[in-house]
Amino acid sequence: MAILADENTRLLVQGITGREGAFHTRRMLKSGTRVVAGVTPGKGGQSFEGVPVFDTVSRAVEETGANTSIIFVPAPFAADAVYEALDAGIEVVCCITEGVPVHDMMRVTDYLRMRDATLIGPNCPGIFSPGKANVSIMPADIFSPGGVGVVSRSGTLTYQIVNELTQIGLGQSTAVGIGGDPIIGTDFIEVLKKFEADPETECVVMIGEIGGNAEQRAAEYIKAKMETPVVAYIAGFTAPEGKTMGHAGAIVSGGETTAQAKSEALRRAGIRAAENPSEVARLVAEALGHESP
Amino acid sequence: MDLYEHQGKELLRRFGLRTLRGVVADTPEEARRAAERLGGTVAVKAQVLTGGRGKAGGIKVARSPEEAEEAAQKILGMDIRGHTVRRLLVESGADIQREMYLSVMVDRENRRPLILFSTEGGVDIEEVAETKPEAIVRLHVDPLVGLLPYQVRELTFASGLSGETARDFGGAVQKLYEAFRGADASLVEINPLVVTGEGRIVALDAKVTVDDSSLYRHPDIAGWKDVEAADPQEHRAQEVGLQYVKLDGDVGILGNGAGLVMSTLDVVAQAGGSPANFCDVGGGADAEKIATALEIVVSNENVKSVFFNIFGGITRGDEVARGLLAAIQKTGIALPVVVRLDGTNAEEGLKLLAEGAPENVHTEETMLDAARRAVELARDGGH
Repeated sequence: MAILADENTRLLVQGITGREGAFHTRRMLKSGTRVVAGVTPGKGGQSFEGVPVFDTVSRAVEETGANTSIIFVPAPFAADAVYEALDAGIEVVCCITEGVPVHDMMRVTDYLRMRDATLIGPNCPGIFSPGKANVSIMPADIFSPGGVGVVSRSGTLTYQIVNELTQIGLGQSTAVGIGGDPIIGTDFIEVLKKFEADPETECVVMIGEIGGNAEQRAAEYIKAKMETPVVAYIAGFTAPEGKTMGHAGAIVSGGETTAQAKSEALRRAGIRAAENPSEVARLVAEALGHESP
Repeated sequence: MDLYEHQGKELLRRFGLRTLRGVVADTPEEARRAAERLGGTVAVKAQVLTGGRGKAGGIKVARSPEEAEEAAQKILGMDIRGHTVRRLLVESGADIQREMYLSVMVDRENRRPLILFSTEGGVDIEEVAETKPEAIVRLHVDPLVGLLPYQVRELTFASGLSGETARDFGGAVQKLYEAFRGADASLVEINPLVVTGEGRIVALDAKVTVDDSSLYRHPDIAGWKDVEAADPQEHRAQEVGLQYVKLDGDVGILGNGAGLVMSTLDVVAQAGGSPANFCDVGGGADAEKIATALEIVVSNENVKSVFFNIFGGITRGDEVARGLLAAIQKTGIALPVVVRLDGTNAEEGLKLLAEGAPENVHTEETMLDAARRAVELARDGGH
């Protein structure tokens, strides 16, 4: 099994004819994903790499039975794209777009509470279930199918850690990039719940960073509710206070939001917390009772 | 984007909140004229993007234009927590009866706007939160529905005010929420919000942060950005779309992706070194962008070695290598550069570096080895 994206995923690409949308649609098709439709308003009736393009999401869903959407539209239109996908009945919406205004996201996530759907992102690398579905901008060749679930606030750091897992023979069930913005559709806990319920996920890697207190809340959840072992890594030990470190949400704005405070909270909850990304694979092997490489 | 007090107040006035009359002054002479114009007692206030002005001596009361000039002389050029005072706000005095605290911010955890109100104003709100948590009212607003009348009533009852002043207070709460929403702010804070002798509600200070991602729909606010106050390297990086933060060590750091670069800083620190900066070239950077990034990173004279950490996804290793080679040629830097290249097309990239890179470029296979090497080279003074 896998979470959020699997062999039943029928993917719709919002913004399929744009530069990013086109580039990544080719990559997702290449890794075997069933991309069933694209949407670009005004380009309905065309096709892209054999995928039919529609003017509206509702029409695309009607015609193709798409159940998952990935969004590549520019930031000023991203919130509208999410509303459109939710209203068309899409179950999993993944918004890659960077720089979506925070107020737009507060309204979007509020709207989401009234729906039975999941939003991943924005400003995220997406969802990758090796051998099943690629709903992401992640590099496919670093992945291998297996039992490690990965959930992360950072894109490249996910690649770094997935690569090291693969290199020592630890395949992944699903990697989910939840994004680095202050307001996101799905947080660690919601993804952890899904991993906990997935019989094929044997261990979870959680990659956090400075800013907010999502990792502390996840630590409480893991301690109280999870049987699947979790290995964590938090980036940003050397980040100075008050400076935004790349991601809009990565800013030390008080004692609770530092990497130290987060790692300590994780360890207090009995979670293995790595000091650097390269230690993660070793801790996962240890958690799974494999011999240390 | 953080706004200066005088800008924050301008914004609040646009949404109908009451502030004191004030004039911006850049010189003691201007401060004197401002005080003449306002008449009576004035406050001369340092305009800096940091807290603790009062304690640092950045706010002085002046009873005459001459006193205002003297105060301005003392405050201008002052350093407040690393911020140099280059501008003042001269404001007319007020008859303050009561000081309260009122703010609206983005609550990440609940994904909603959060209003904080306290009858204890003019003091550090974090301190109140710790010592007297019951003195703070917390109220979430549904962003789709907006602030509801009953919520305004709740806050008004909590204020203990009555009559016309209570109505004025309710109006101020509503206007503050409108300002928060209308300006796409992540924080609007008034501390203190005061009740004057005439029973009026007035914002005596204003701290406003506007979400950078929304500035495209607020060109007027974006135009308030004070580029002179920013670090020149940070400013230049911003212009070319690089994420850059200046730090105080001696190992220059570039990479792709915020998380990976943050992690690179940590690994360098663990290897006993000290990062000189944080530079994220982002996804799919071309040769020119890499050249500019490298130039900015080494323009910090403390930098003794550079650690270039790339994990290619969309970014292709061969392009990175070409960009790096071109950048080194263009900048002519002789400092040691340690490169760790992984991911998409990394092999081709490493081959290009092996063939064409000058002697000061070193490659390492893993992030940890690269960090150790960069730290070692920095310690040797860049040789």
